[in-house]
Amino acid sequence: MESIIERINNGKFWQFHGGVHPPEQKWLSNDKPIRPLELPELLVLPLQQHIGSAAKLSVDVGDYVLKGQPLTYSHMPMAVPVHAPTSGTIEKIERATIPHPSAMQEPCIYLKPDGKDKWVERAVCDDFYSLSRETIIEKIANAGISGMGGAGFPTHIKVNQKPVIDFLVINAAECEPYITSDDLLMREHSPSIIDGIKILDHLLLPGHILIGIEDNKPEAIRALQKATEGYDKVRVCVLPTKYPTGGEKQLIKALTGKEVPAGVIPGQMGIVMQNVATCYAIADAVINDTPLIKRVVTVTGQSLEKPQNVWALLGTPVEFLLSQCGYKEAENSMLVMGGPMMGFTLPSPKIPIIKTSNCVLAPSNKEIPTPSDEQECIRCGQCADVCPSHLLPQELQWSAKAKDYEQLKKLNLFDCIDCGACAFVCPSQIPLVQYYRVAKAEIRFQQVQEIKADKAKARFEARKARLEREKIAREEKHRKAAEARRAKMNANTQEASQAKSAVAAALARVKAKKGDDAQEQEQVDNTKTEQKLAVVAAVARAKAKKEAKAAQENTSSSASSPDKDRVAVARAKAKKLAKAQEADTTEVQAEDTTADNSSANDKKARVAAAVAKAKAKKKSAQSAVSSASDTTSEKAVAAKPKDANEKDDKKARIATTVAKAKAKKQSSTDIDNPAQEEITKEPVQAVSATDDKKARVAAAIAKAKAKKLAKATDVEPEVDVNESTPDNSVDDKKARIAAAIAKAKAKKQQAENK
Amino acid sequence: MTTLIAILVIGLLGALFGALLGFASVKFKVEGDPLVEQLDALLPQTQCGQCGYPGCKPYADAVANGEAINKCAPGGEDTIKKIADLMGVEPVALDESHEQDNTPKVAFIIEDDCIGCTKCIQACPVDAIIGAAKQMHTVIADECTGCDLCVAPCPVDCIEMHPVKETPQSWRWDLNTIPVTHIE
Amino acid sequence: MTYWIASSPHNHAQSSTAALMRLVILATLPGIFAQWYFFGWGNIIHISIATITALVCEFFMLSLRKRKVKPELLDGSAILTAVLIGISLPAIAPWWVAVIGSAFAIIVVKQLYGGIGHNPFNPAMAAYVMLLVSFPLQMTSWQPPLELMQFSLGFFDTLTVILTGFTPDGFSVEQLRTHIDGYTMATPLDTVKTNLTLGMTVAESTTSPIFGEHFALGWEWINIGFLLGGIFLIYKKAIPWVTPLSFLASLFVCSFIAYAISPDSASSTMFHWLTGATMLGAFFILTDPVSSATSVKGRMVYAALAGFLVFIIREFGGYPDGVAFAVLLCNMAGPLIDQYTRPRTYGHQVEK
Repeated sequence: MESIIERINNGKFWQFHGGVHPPEQKWLSNDKPIRPLELPELLVLPLQQHIGSAAKLSVDVGDYVLKGQPLTYSHMPMAVPVHAPTSGTIEKIERATIPHPSAMQEPCIYLKPDGKDKWVERAVCDDFYSLSRETIIEKIANAGISGMGGAGFPTHIKVNQKPVIDFLVINAAECEPYITSDDLLMREHSPSIIDGIKILDHLLLPGHILIGIEDNKPEAIRALQKATEGYDKVRVCVLPTKYPTGGEKQLIKALTGKEVPAGVIPGQMGIVMQNVATCYAIADAVINDTPLIKRVVTVTGQSLEKPQNVWALLGTPVEFLLSQCGYKEAENSMLVMGGPMMGFTLPSPKIPIIKTSNCVLAPSNKEIPTPSDEQECIRCGQCADVCPSHLLPQELQWSAKAKDYEQLKKLNLFDCIDCGACAFVCPSQIPLVQYYRVAKAEIRFQQVQEIKADKAKARFEARKARLEREKIAREEKHRKAAEARRAKMNANTQEASQAKSAVAAALARVKAKKGDDAQEQEQVDNTKTEQKLAVVAAVARAKAKKEAKAAQENTSSSASSPDKDRVAVARAKAKKLAKAQEADTTEVQAEDTTADNSSANDKKARVAAAVAKAKAKKKSAQSAVSSASDTTSEKAVAAKPKDANEKDDKKARIATTVAKAKAKKQSSTDIDNPAQEEITKEPVQAVSATDDKKARVAAAIAKAKAKKLAKATDVEPEVDVNESTPDNSVDDKKARIAAAIAKAKAKKQQAENK
Repeated sequence: MTTLIAILVIGLLGALFGALLGFASVKFKVEGDPLVEQLDALLPQTQCGQCGYPGCKPYADAVANGEAINKCAPGGEDTIKKIADLMGVEPVALDESHEQDNTPKVAFIIEDDCIGCTKCIQACPVDAIIGAAKQMHTVIADECTGCDLCVAPCPVDCIEMHPVKETPQSWRWDLNTIPVTHIE
Repeated sequence: MTYWIASSPHNHAQSSTAALMRLVILATLPGIFAQWYFFGWGNIIHISIATITALVCEFFMLSLRKRKVKPELLDGSAILTAVLIGISLPAIAPWWVAVIGSAFAIIVVKQLYGGIGHNPFNPAMAAYVMLLVSFPLQMTSWQPPLELMQFSLGFFDTLTVILTGFTPDGFSVEQLRTHIDGYTMATPLDTVKTNLTLGMTVAESTTSPIFGEHFALGWEWINIGFLLGGIFLIYKKAIPWVTPLSFLASLFVCSFIAYAISPDSASSTMFHWLTGATMLGAFFILTDPVSSATSVKGRMVYAALAGFLVFIIREFGGYPDGVAFAVLLCNMAGPLIDQYTRPRTYGHQVEK
């Protein structure tokens, strides 16, 4: 430990691997003082200007806000508030392009300054040593301070470290070419920066404070040395200029010789790093009670007449800064926010300055030419020589091009800090960093997908288990009920014949149900109340409408929704209806019990069941009409050929939809009819499902029936048409046979039960 | 005599190797079918059933038993390639009948139209829809796999599939999609 | 007006493959000058023939492969390959040797493997080995240095020898190779090898006039020429210093051990350094980035292996010089070496 400090005292530092020396170009802007600007006409404040999540809005459109007034409030630790940079009215709150490489649109507050620049009330604190740690952290959090060096990590979290801090590192390296904002800030406001450092000292109680600064800023070094005189804890460490010294990991290595292990944050090893601009903001916030509303921005590049550092209010459009610095538009074809090594291009000059924007670069066309064509990698290895993370960029590049993500992970792609040194030196002009970024984003995406898939799998399994449990429970219940009934029957022989038949029917129904899948079973639930019938009716109406719409669109949309599901729904409804009828009429008969219990999965059996059920329903419906006890007038209308194996049976589908459309027409004529109506879709199972013809025939029949029905309803509203059962039709032999078999079986069963 | 010896020797050898194989099959028995597990891990677990199987696991089972590897629409080409790698076969194009864009989607219930029928809840393979009978339902977006299965059962057609919105955090560095301002 | 959208970094070191290649070609000049001084115009003529062939082949291959012809043709890599082939051929080898070698290097070794950046073998050395195996007579018809030659050999003489096999005065290649004393002479390395099989010691061999005052008349200066060029390249950071250093050190150590054990059958260290293609190999062949290992550690291993192989082949192999074979063998080992010499990434394997 002491050896580190001894080394530093002797002015000796460590070396990190690689690094490059791009042309610094700092002379463009570092010879002029920081210039305050007049108010722009409009400020655009993105709600989120840092890493984490956006804070919640606390103002509304039309509100008048004072300078320094919070516009959002923090609802969670990683949310940082945004403040009004000047007084004015909130003009609108809407999505606008944010300063982010993606140039996406995110919610922004548009603030129209009133020119008065009127402050909210502030409480200046002269002696921050009297404040408690918590109060200071709260002040920092409320001032909306996030790291101002580039990443924008919320500062109040970074300074709220639990572990013992050995080193507080102040990052004043500013290694990016062109940028001089920290340099000028140090020259002009060293005392404030030192105040900020003292506050951090007070909070973190570090063993030592190291200010890392590159040797290309002699004036700033002098200013800092002067300001830190007599402050023994602080060392101003002058490092040789090399890009990227300002990288967090690289600076830590250069100053302390320690490497931050992969996947560990520096705080865990007793090191905290803060940018100088952040220190200034902390001092401003704690001492002057001024939230973060402005920052120093280097406006530079050779397409500007007067490149200079400016005090820019957050939310100032880049356009305004450029115009203030003598922008020569003709010479420029690229706007960069940040430095030339790690900054990102802006698609438009309307994008605002945010907390992390340290530079706006408007280079002339000669200065930074448009990128030339990528050539083949010649494996020269220069990229590996300059990589500060000691990676093998050319191998990463091959794997990235081949989308070999496993290999990329093995090559430690995620230790790449995007510094761009490799692409800077590449003689083949390969945009290496872009390849890595895409690959990293892709890997992250896949990881998210994998996590999601695991979760989905777990939930699916859980659901399956639950359904299984429910099924068993239900069966158990049914069995018990049946036993109870049987016991009752044996005891009381008087009503035997009636009860027995009911029991037989119930048993058969259970068996039939077993043959269908669980989903259907779920839907066959107790729906006996009138209310429910009403809902079903509404549902059916909606569906009919939907179908009609689909038909109008010439079945194009219906192609997407799977036939199978529709059929399932329809069948379920048919069953439901049949059940409802059973409740009212005791004449429900053994036709219902035709399901062949021996072959649950047998299709024919299912068809037979459906047919039989349909018949049962018809009967019950008739009885309902004749007895007139039911208030519901029924129209079972539908035709739906089902062919499970067919995917391309368009014609049949068209026919169906046409039929349905007609049904809808009919139903719409009955809308004013107060009587509840029910349109049920009865699935016609085309028995030999592969046979396209039969399905079509069935559809045609259905159509015909639908027409007939439509006619009929014109004459008489209370007609029961149950047309879709194929045994009524002329040609569906197989269906008839199946039905006959089913009937026979049902009878047999009944006989047995007797 | 020679023939007899030959028959005996061959017979003995046969018996010996048979016993050896039998012993090996018992001794080195592979528990379960890890292939199915591996296949299942490659599938996207949307449980959408578009492959014709009731979930991803059954499809993985089927693939292990020789089903075509190109039926997973949500997984798309990537998944086919991975399965092909695992199975040691040539990757094939996605089954045409399953061709669809596999951009990630999430179900969205138009809550004004929802009648609370619970049909979608029953259809959802991952229990990502919450609601009760005659109460408005909603989708837990984080749990939704975008399988599309809830759309069809909805009687009032109030479920829509929305593509998952890209955020600056999830942006995948596709610079070509950035709209560029043209200035005269 | 539209703003450019690009990924960072936006500035660039303005280096390019073509500039790198130009620099390397430039650096071969001292060696070529020495060759010219001691062996006449032969190699310069071969370089020209090889260059023209290489460019023509490159043009055709790029057109066939539907690549952008201009940037890849002019990136200098084909020219460099041709120059290296021209340098390594015997000065009075027939013209078609250069043509075949150059065409083979470009068409088969470079373009068929996917063009620049994708060839697993060094094209020049692969071509050299192919020629050596296919045309052993032509490829070993080394002439003695000019000052030891029986006949004078001007530019015109050399040209006609290369084109027709005879000088205008009617001397054949065989006659040209005749030593001042009437012997047919090979290279110093060849001489040592032959003499060893005849039972002579190395010390006895070196009394031969082709060894000159120091190690090998002419060859030593050619090697020094390439050494100078190589140092220039290292100074310009066009090639890594690790590779040549490791190669020379390895060769030095191997030959030193052998010499220490058996001075009669092993040549001296400096002899190894300054004869044959040692310096050319060290600075111009092994440093070919495409076919060498990529990491610093990898290059070290790669070059050390090459040095060892060169020594083994020179001492125990059937051929007098082994640089080309050693390079090809190392090219094959390159990916494997890379696999096992990955540098430690920042923050990995550090004590937490």
